Amino acid sequence: MKNPTTVERKSERELVVTRTFHGPAHIVFEAWTKPELLKRWWAPKSCGISFISCEADVRTGGTYRFVFSHAASEQHMAFFGRYIEVTPHSRIVWTNEESADGAVSTVTFEEKGDKTLLVLHELYPSKQALDDAIASGSTSGAGEQFEQLDTLLVTLVRS
Amino acid sequence: MKVAGPMQLALDLPLHVADPCYILNPMVQFQRAHLDASFAALSDATRRGILERLGRADASITDLAEKFHMTLTGMKKHVGVLEQAGLVTTEKVGRVRTCKLGLRRLEEEAAWIERYRQLWDARFDELDKIVESLKREERVDGRKKRK
Repeated sequence: MKNPTTVERKSERELVVTRTFHGPAHIVFEAWTKPELLKRWWAPKSCGISFISCEADVRTGGTYRFVFSHAASEQHMAFFGRYIEVTPHSRIVWTNEESADGAVSTVTFEEKGDKTLLVLHELYPSKQALDDAIASGSTSGAGEQFEQLDTLLVTLVRS
Repeated sequence: MKVAGPMQLALDLPLHVADPCYILNPMVQFQRAHLDASFAALSDATRRGILERLGRADASITDLAEKFHMTLTGMKKHVGVLEQAGLVTTEKVGRVRTCKLGLRRLEEEAAWIERYRQLWDARFDELDKIVESLKREERVDGRKKRK
């Protein structure tokens, strides 16, 4: 049976994603740390994106760079950063450097019997950074610029 | 099918788009495209009037066309521009299309979080398959070692 995925904005700066897997922690960890395995799940087929390259040197101080193509765009997109901490089978911490206000992500794997609880924690540098990430990924509104536009609209509507 | 650059793509997307993969698109271009679309939408006096009107109450396209002494087709175009800029949402119930001011910030956040959840859920479904196959491999290897 499929396990539920949850996402919660825990605070002004934090997002937390959780999921349980039917398997031991070392296996889930392996799927996060071997590029050939990462490639098979990080870009879901249903999204119309596919890997062009997937470089990941998953050890403390190592770097990663994922490049994707998107069916709806000619431009490629790249996600990249550094692994700040890699503790086998239990914890990976990395930076997201494709944007100046990227989060620091921490994933932990906690084995419980024959299952593993995965918790992905993303800490943004500021409330504004997370608000902007949400706004720019939303279909309307874009952080600070749009707050200004909102103000303008309120003025227009009231005038 | 036409090939859409990031700008066109943003403008082509309806406001209510529920595609979790949207999150993976290049952010900055989208911000700019949305901002351009919003200012373009606001550059027209009729469209500013429509927003003002919707600020007071939701209205159907027919209501708006009457108020602004326009044809239905003309009003549909204006509402379409506002909708693509994310300033107005529309909902069709029966034969009537009702327009209201765009989504509020909190609703947007909830919608974004749901798309983000769907993205991770799709990834984790694939990861489930890998975990299953790695488990099988381990069992096979384990049996080999015991022999």
